[in-house]
Amino acid sequence: MATQDMITAKEFCIHHNVEISFIQSLGESGLIEVTHIAEEICVPVQQLPQLEKMVRLYYEMDINMEGIETINHLLNRMNSMQQQIVQLQNKLQVYKDDGE
Amino acid sequence: MEFIDYYKILGVEKNASEDDIKKAYRKLARKLHPDLNPNDKEAHQKFQQVNEANEVLSDPEKRKKYDQYGKDWQHADQFEQQRQSRSRTQQSGPQDYAGFGDQDFSSFFESMFGQGGGRQQQTKFRGQDYNAELQLSLEAAMTTHQQVLTVNGKNIRITIPAGVENGQVIKLAGYGAPGVNGGPAGDLYITFSIAVHPIFKRMGNDLYMNATIDLYTALLGGETTIETLSGKVKLTVAPETQSGTKIRLKGKGFPVYKKEGQQGDLYVTYTVELPTHLSEKEKALFTELKNLK
Repeated sequence: MATQDMITAKEFCIHHNVEISFIQSLGESGLIEVTHIAEEICVPVQQLPQLEKMVRLYYEMDINMEGIETINHLLNRMNSMQQQIVQLQNKLQVYKDDGE
Repeated sequence: MEFIDYYKILGVEKNASEDDIKKAYRKLARKLHPDLNPNDKEAHQKFQQVNEANEVLSDPEKRKKYDQYGKDWQHADQFEQQRQSRSRTQQSGPQDYAGFGDQDFSSFFESMFGQGGGRQQQTKFRGQDYNAELQLSLEAAMTTHQQVLTVNGKNIRITIPAGVENGQVIKLAGYGAPGVNGGPAGDLYITFSIAVHPIFKRMGNDLYMNATIDLYTALLGGETTIETLSGKVKLTVAPETQSGTKIRLKGKGFPVYKKEGQQGDLYVTYTVELPTHLSEKEKALFTELKNLK
């Protein structure tokens, strides 16, 4: 079984000066994965960059939870569309090369 | 060095209140912040200007100095030196700001406020993102493998999953420039550049190639062996195969990105090669065939 490094939400909140309810809300909305270990809320270390991004959106840019959800959804869509563009460009290049 | 109109950058009037400036900054930050514009250099650059404008206009002391000297900012230091000799103001060490290194302050800003702007607060800022390009052969892109990259003098070992696309960008979070005042490090964006292969063409997960068969195999049927990226494959050629006939070899194409065990298909197009330098006997036989029709 693969092991996962965790950080407690408490530790993260102290370090970033954010409220624990913020992490709970992110977990509830499915924006990050949270786990309860010995009654402590924990976050997988791999999720930290994502979590820090959410902190910036919420605290620095004043975007509420609904806004973060929307942004997250749109960024994921944008990412998948960018991948599609790359694939289509590569496909087009094959036809261009054939035509030359 | 040109005068920078920070009010214009934030889109506010000269008499804008602190609240107006805060609102204008937040509005622009929501539009241009690097988190919302991944890998967009233009947005990053604009965000840098907005940040700089906010840095000055949101700080009453800096704003006062900026308003006081206006277009005479080039002489601001001389005026300041005279003023400081009378009452010396405390200055903190150089610091960084949102997502950019000190070198990213405009010359105008540094000339007026010094390196780092003499900021008093310890604000955390995210490090700059790095971009790198990685060249791969089609064969290398076919297998999951590890590669060591040297980015800004630091060796980073990355795992390249089989099936990456040409032009695909992957993000390695936290491998960019270090953050400032305990802020998070930036990200590293790697763009894959896959070299054109002389034999195989790739379209998504499928591969395309041409195979030459001789006239007799094309006419009467038989076998031919082709070299695929995963080894030799023996093909049965149906009788009366036309030049340009395309066959599909299921699962002999490119691996599907991050879907282990799944592969695209290989399409082989036959080109029938006509015999040359015919002997007299061959010519006679072909003539005989011709006359049969």
